[in-house]
Amino acid sequence: MAKKDQQKPGWKSIPEGGLIIEPGNADDYKTGGWRTYRPMIDQEICINCHICWIYCPDSSIISKDEEIKGYDYDHCKGCGICANECPVDAITMLEEGNLSEK
Amino acid sequence: MSKVDLKEIAKQEEELTGGHRLCSGCGASIIVRQVMRATEDPVVVGIATGCLEVSTTIYPYTAWKGSFIHNAFENVAATISGAESAFRSLKRQGKLEGDTKFLAIGGDGGTYDIGFQSLSGALERGHDMVYLCYDNGAYMNTGIQRSSATPRNASTSTSPDGEVIPGKQQFKKELTDIVAAHNIPYVAQASPHNFRDLIKKARKAFEVEGPAFLNVLAQCPRGWRHPEGEGLDILRAATDTCFWPLFEVENGEWKLNYIPREKAPITDWLKPQGRFKHLFKDKNKYLIDEIQEHVDQRWETLLHRTGEK
Repeated sequence: MAKKDQQKPGWKSIPEGGLIIEPGNADDYKTGGWRTYRPMIDQEICINCHICWIYCPDSSIISKDEEIKGYDYDHCKGCGICANECPVDAITMLEEGNLSEK
Repeated sequence: MSKVDLKEIAKQEEELTGGHRLCSGCGASIIVRQVMRATEDPVVVGIATGCLEVSTTIYPYTAWKGSFIHNAFENVAATISGAESAFRSLKRQGKLEGDTKFLAIGGDGGTYDIGFQSLSGALERGHDMVYLCYDNGAYMNTGIQRSSATPRNASTSTSPDGEVIPGKQQFKKELTDIVAAHNIPYVAQASPHNFRDLIKKARKAFEVEGPAFLNVLAQCPRGWRHPEGEGLDILRAATDTCFWPLFEVENGEWKLNYIPREKAPITDWLKPQGRFKHLFKDKNKYLIDEIQEHVDQRWETLLHRTGEK
């Protein structure tokens, strides 16, 4: 799934002490495949209160210029905390299986 | 202390990326994301063995944008106090500039139990660091074994509910009180559902000179056995039932940060969690009364200690 797993560096190319020298490279690892339910946000109802953003365990809600711009579906695990906490019910959880059929 | 403006703090850079392998709906990463927003200085992070440590740094990946130091179960407070001392020395020698914060993180296993002596030592020596404990009430990482933070009568894999014994036999250890007894500048107990409270507390913790300690309740969908999306509702119930009071101790002064208008019955906290399911059988009903009595006593003690009563 992830690029790095396929490359499998040899012992000579691993940094001394097994250090990871690229900060935040877990970004390359996609956990979106874990998801059973996909959160969908209705931008017309959304009031940009950022409640979903502060509660997201996977840093997967995109905030830009004080607005919620949607989801990072590569990393969202579909826990549904955002949909549960949204004060205006702008977020619905849809089953992934049904979505891919369409 | 300025207000917590979500739109404002959303402009800060994300310190914990997605792609970590914590379970869906985990409370630990919510806490980390909130706490890391409390400072703009670079933070050196060390984590004791636990869910958060193993899941955010699976080789060759790291979810951390800043410096991160691996630790064994028992020594995160020692590691971070060493890093802090080295930083102070280098700064004195003129080899380093600027401000850096030091944050040690442990789960309840790495804080209440195994890491306790290194924590106590670091607090006594007075290092300028913050210790953050995310308390999900068992060794969730290795398969839900009981710890001294597990609440009474919770069913875990080493204190299972059975014919003879209804889950864990002992009450939870009051670690926040024990840490407060070290007379350090700042100690607080918080919960991520009340993010304003938690971020304000984290700001204070980073700002004070000397050690600060935050004890934060974290939901665990696997260990607590509840639907992933409902974790924060359960944390809300924990504060409304006074099972997990939100308070702080600033230079020896105790202060309650949240007093529910009407104290909810403890069943509000027990009922949504599968680990307490057996308590609702007829033969175990008396246990709920015992837990309620314990929570009431603790709440009364806190009210007196904080001068609310």
